[in-house]
Amino acid sequence: MINVQELKRSFGQITAVDGVSFDVGKGEVLGLLGPNGAGKSTTMKMLSCFLKPDSGTASICGHDILKDPVGVRKTLGYLAENAPCYNEMSVGGLLNFVCDARDIRGAKRKSALDKIVPMCSIESVYHQTIDTLSKGYRRRVGLAQALIHDPQVLILDEPTDGLDPNQKHEVRQLISNMACDKCIIISTHILEEVQAICTRSIIIAKGKILVDSTPQKLQQEHNCSLDEVFRKITTTK
Amino acid sequence: MNGFIAVFKREFKGYFATPLAYVFLVIFLVFSGYLMFRNGFYQIRQADMRSFFSNLPVLFVFMVPSTAMRLWAEERKSGSIELLLTLPITVPQAVLGKFFAAWLFLAIALVLTFPIPMTVAYLGNPDIGLIITGYIGSLFMAGGFLAIGCFFSALSKNQVISFVLSVVACAFLVYAGLPSTQAYLSSFLPAGLASAVAELSFQSHFDSIQKGVIEFKDLAYFVLIIIGWVWASGIILDERKAS
Repeated sequence: MINVQELKRSFGQITAVDGVSFDVGKGEVLGLLGPNGAGKSTTMKMLSCFLKPDSGTASICGHDILKDPVGVRKTLGYLAENAPCYNEMSVGGLLNFVCDARDIRGAKRKSALDKIVPMCSIESVYHQTIDTLSKGYRRRVGLAQALIHDPQVLILDEPTDGLDPNQKHEVRQLISNMACDKCIIISTHILEEVQAICTRSIIIAKGKILVDSTPQKLQQEHNCSLDEVFRKITTTK
Repeated sequence: MNGFIAVFKREFKGYFATPLAYVFLVIFLVFSGYLMFRNGFYQIRQADMRSFFSNLPVLFVFMVPSTAMRLWAEERKSGSIELLLTLPITVPQAVLGKFFAAWLFLAIALVLTFPIPMTVAYLGNPDIGLIITGYIGSLFMAGGFLAIGCFFSALSKNQVISFVLSVVACAFLVYAGLPSTQAYLSSFLPAGLASAVAELSFQSHFDSIQKGVIEFKDLAYFVLIIIGWVWASGIILDERKAS
């Protein structure tokens, strides 16, 4: 469902993403791993058509990111790093705005909201201003916003960053529950998370893919924990 | 179209979600009224609104950039632009949605000055047509300033910087046409060039609309200013949205 071909992007002198290619199919949860500045977020921003690649392309559900960016965004749910939101809006106001933009109206909107609000457990803050929410709730509002149109493809940039252990567990469960009929890419620094929910992991550093494998295989090959594998791969090269 | 309407609605409601709208409206209404009477509305003993409209350009130089500065600068600073532009909304839709929402807000500010024409009508028999063209001219002038503010808001992440830059740009366009500036410029510029500068300014076009004559060239001036600056802000945003 996601097909990435030789994506490249640089900012001035720095090459953030340097020829990344991969495919992700339905039912897969791909974990993008890598040290800070490896190009994870940049890759995700290009897939969500926020950034234009310098060269290379990608397609999501058959929509090319260069030729049909609006088509891509329609099929995609995207949670950006740090879950940016309109702070002065209420949670309900924000979700209604996203419904407006995604053309979800009338009965469809009601059923979408009825489903997503309990699913992300944000009923209690529905009328609150986003400014006043804790980090965990903000993240969940971001997730709700990304999931409201029941997208086939989900791209989540550090979805559990800054959450407490219980919230992390909830978000992971949410992702695992959806995984079977969607195609999900998450980026994370937390390696236990990869073990818990990802069916596949890609390790990138300095904009290049170093490893593309499953978490289990990686552990077997290197015969140590995922933590150590990660360190070995990203520090030696 | 969905994208445009969604952005327009959100942005317009956004003004009233914070105290900004109310602060702006109160200050605008107090000053526009105060300046009118200070300019000798009673002393002139004429039932018209000239002393009201003649202050608007200078007032708008400060007031319009203050509504425009948040349009994009805030969005880029808080990162919410990444949310906005990863929804199925294109950059032109977002730019136009925000511009028209802010313009409608300014139109409301103008409508709320209705006690002034009512006062004038109570005191005498004003020329209604003149008042209406005055308001039309003011609305277009507000749109022109807003388009400039929109551009500078897209240019900088910092609201204060974008405010200062757009005040300077707007002030330049107003003061270039004032009689005192013209007298100074014509002292050393060839006559053609001096009047070309005057033609570039808001003042001369606003004045002629205010006199009750809606000419094609005056409307075209404002429409071109709006299209040009709004278009430029679209280009800037496309370029800088992620930086």
